Amino acid sequence: MRQVWILALAALAPLYAQPIVIQNATIMTVTKGTLQGSVVIKDGKIADVGEKVMMPQHATIIDAGGQYVIPGIIDCHSHIAVDGSVNEGTVSVSSMVNIKDAINPEDIAIYRALAGGVTTANILHGSANPIGGQTIVLKMRWGKDAQGLIFEGALPGIKFALGENPKRPGNPPGGRFSTQTMPARYPATRMGVEDTIREALNEAKAYKAEWDEYGAKVARGEHAIPPRKDLKLEPLKEVLEGKRYVHAHCYREDEILMLLRVADDYGFKIRTLQHALEAYKVAREIGASGTGVSTFSDWWAYKIEAYDAIPFNAAVMQNNRIVISLNSDDDELIRHLNTEAAKAMKYGGVSETDALAMVTINPARQLGIDSRVGSIEVGKDADLAIYDKYPLSDYAKVQKVLIDGQVYFDRDSDIGGRPAKALEKQKLIDKEKKSQPKPSAGGRPVE
Amino acid sequence: MRKLVPALLLLCAWAFAGNPRTLAIRNAKIVTVSGPVLGKGTVVVRNGLIEAVGADVPIPAGAWIIDGEGMTVYPGLIDAFSTVGIPSLAAPPTTAGRGGRNQTTPTQTPAPAPTPAAAPVTPAKGPEDRPATTSWVLAADEIDPSDRRIESVRSAGFTTTVTFPTRGIFGGQGSIVDLASEERAGEMVVVPAVGQYLAVSRGGGVFGGFGAGFPNSLMGYIAYIRQVYLDAEHYKLVKEAYARDPRGMERPPYDRALEGVLASKRILLPANRVVEMDRMLRFAAELQQPAVLYGMREAYRPEAAPLLKKFGSPVLVSLHWSEAPRDPDPEAYRTMRSLEDVDMGPAAPGLLQKAGVPFALYSDGLEKPRDLQRAVKKAVDAGLSRPDAIRALTLSPAEIYGVADRLGSIDVGKIANLVVTKGDLFDDHTQIEMIFVDGKQYKPAPEPPAGEGHGTDEQPGANQ
Repeated sequence: MRQVWILALAALAPLYAQPIVIQNATIMTVTKGTLQGSVVIKDGKIADVGEKVMMPQHATIIDAGGQYVIPGIIDCHSHIAVDGSVNEGTVSVSSMVNIKDAINPEDIAIYRALAGGVTTANILHGSANPIGGQTIVLKMRWGKDAQGLIFEGALPGIKFALGENPKRPGNPPGGRFSTQTMPARYPATRMGVEDTIREALNEAKAYKAEWDEYGAKVARGEHAIPPRKDLKLEPLKEVLEGKRYVHAHCYREDEILMLLRVADDYGFKIRTLQHALEAYKVAREIGASGTGVSTFSDWWAYKIEAYDAIPFNAAVMQNNRIVISLNSDDDELIRHLNTEAAKAMKYGGVSETDALAMVTINPARQLGIDSRVGSIEVGKDADLAIYDKYPLSDYAKVQKVLIDGQVYFDRDSDIGGRPAKALEKQKLIDKEKKSQPKPSAGGRPVE
Repeated sequence: MRKLVPALLLLCAWAFAGNPRTLAIRNAKIVTVSGPVLGKGTVVVRNGLIEAVGADVPIPAGAWIIDGEGMTVYPGLIDAFSTVGIPSLAAPPTTAGRGGRNQTTPTQTPAPAPTPAAAPVTPAKGPEDRPATTSWVLAADEIDPSDRRIESVRSAGFTTTVTFPTRGIFGGQGSIVDLASEERAGEMVVVPAVGQYLAVSRGGGVFGGFGAGFPNSLMGYIAYIRQVYLDAEHYKLVKEAYARDPRGMERPPYDRALEGVLASKRILLPANRVVEMDRMLRFAAELQQPAVLYGMREAYRPEAAPLLKKFGSPVLVSLHWSEAPRDPDPEAYRTMRSLEDVDMGPAAPGLLQKAGVPFALYSDGLEKPRDLQRAVKKAVDAGLSRPDAIRALTLSPAEIYGVADRLGSIDVGKIANLVVTKGDLFDDHTQIEMIFVDGKQYKPAPEPPAGEGHGTDEQPGANQ
């Protein structure tokens, strides 16, 4: 096993040091059209894109004849790579917890996402609380440690959640006559969800005032004791200051409007509405607020609040000039977000570029990382996925995935490496069997 | 005069019947651990301390003389992470249902450490309720000399345990305890406070961990601990300001939870997987607390030693090695990692030794002498030298807890904790002949009937 890795690393090492040229490919840049040509990668960045490019010396050539290159896919809503529960569901406001503390770089879902062309994912806390935990943007740098996955410089986020999920713990199974001892947790209604969010923001406002006052005292040269640092209110203070993005889980039009009003009242913006299956009903209001939407292509009816969905949701957002992305929220769906984009073309009639944008540059904009990733442009991170066929097709398979110009997934070497890995594993299984004590009971030995 | 000497000797023998204050073991092989092995030498013990050791030291008059011909004397073993002495923290007996379970999957079984006894009556609604925090507790105050495990582990050669109160998240401070019997608890305590026990669980149960309240996720545990340390820092600041000049200042409340945190010299953090080592080392650095990690199931992996070295924290390696599931379901899927855990786990101590990572071994619930012996033997067979194995159970734990000036080796002035064996410690057929704790002799308890297998069915580092 280890030898395989060393070989793989030895094979990868020169790729990083040397420039890379991906040749003869159909390059779908998303922002600058589609062309036949090459991508040149230097120092992990895209150095050149075009039909004709300057070939750097000693470049490693990836011949992608007949293949397609797209920007690495970005998933705006994922829960992979988290150790333990993604929900701190015991409290109504769990803003003190941070996904960053629980990153699991050895979650195999990272590699599987990578094999589906994903290079960046927004890892969110679950939706058990009106205000959930802090979120983090990760690059799928399989093999790196937890710190090595973090998308450096990406603004942190926080999860909000509306509707059924956060109010469910307020309504324990069996209702009032239940014999179960599970304690009910406020809130139990949608009204309560709004109240919980407002209460927490009120607290955060008071907390911010306390710190501002302290800051003023220090500025005046006064000797003051700083206020107590509160990990629950710190991130909410950042929300009020516009230093942290809010990604809000929601479904129904009424709750969407509610949240937009709350944000307005407190002077901040909701960065994205997540799921938002009824967003098409209030597209004008969402558009006016400058809020992004990250939705499913055609996944619905898994609970009451998710019934009133239409497959045109993403297209309607697009037509209303709302930044719209398609997300997975799932370890499996994350492996084929390219077909989720294709569904927006099939159902909503959006253009190929607009569809692809829903899983690349649009989620990048929503996460505030569009200057770095999301399209194939000179100066951006060399985060690329190479498909064997037209990527908006069910039949397309990812061949290679690069992050920062480094190959993190290679279909051929994955498949080629399997027999050696299987052998290694079989050896250990056999060794273990041999060392097991022989079963002593029963029967005479066969002669 | 000639008659007087035997008479005096007789008098001495009467005065210290069964409990001589002075004794000498002569003609024995002496493994001092701190220095070279003496092929044939004498150890003199007086008033519970080592008075002399050497190839040729005079035996004081009146000493009880033990002929050590054919025997080896070692420093008493130290269990670096234990609950022995606090009977209520003994791992629950497990006899049934261990066959089918895959023991080596990374998803940990619920830990035995946080017992329901500690659960608050009302569920914690948030960190401000300080759930599962008893940071002020000292193991020393909870020691019960009647704990039946004292005799059991002592029979395996352990004269000392570092015993922790393991209830809750901030369980309290561990104490170094000498495993003497029939003593008042206070007399058994060597050092009352050596570090704070911290539990970090993955959480995720429907009804939650501690009393169904906060926290119930890994990130919740971390946030909670982080908040407590922030509070402790603030508490200290305010308290000091008030002490400087109380006039006109609101009186800060007394908070025993934060007092306990501030009084702790170091923290003990669980880490079995490499991912957890990385996470906990960074966390300790953030908290600016000297840390000792315990568990170390994946310390055999090539990433582990460099990582541990970089942060410089000592580690405690569980002797409860991962084992292949017994009578496994032939269709059950085994991950490569779980196979490697079984195959390579016991190689970890040897690899840490080679890399220069300070480490100690701990029993992790193995109580039967034979099981402990076998477990250490596994590490020796996997590459740990015998002297290093002995050091990892004597001087190394003493150094990790800063008590190498009184425990861990056979040196003049140190506490007379000794193990006398026939044969090399950790050999299959070695017999422990005598154990000395604070200079008092104990005989090993008779072996339990053979064929009972391991004492517990818990995971390595199951205390997390």
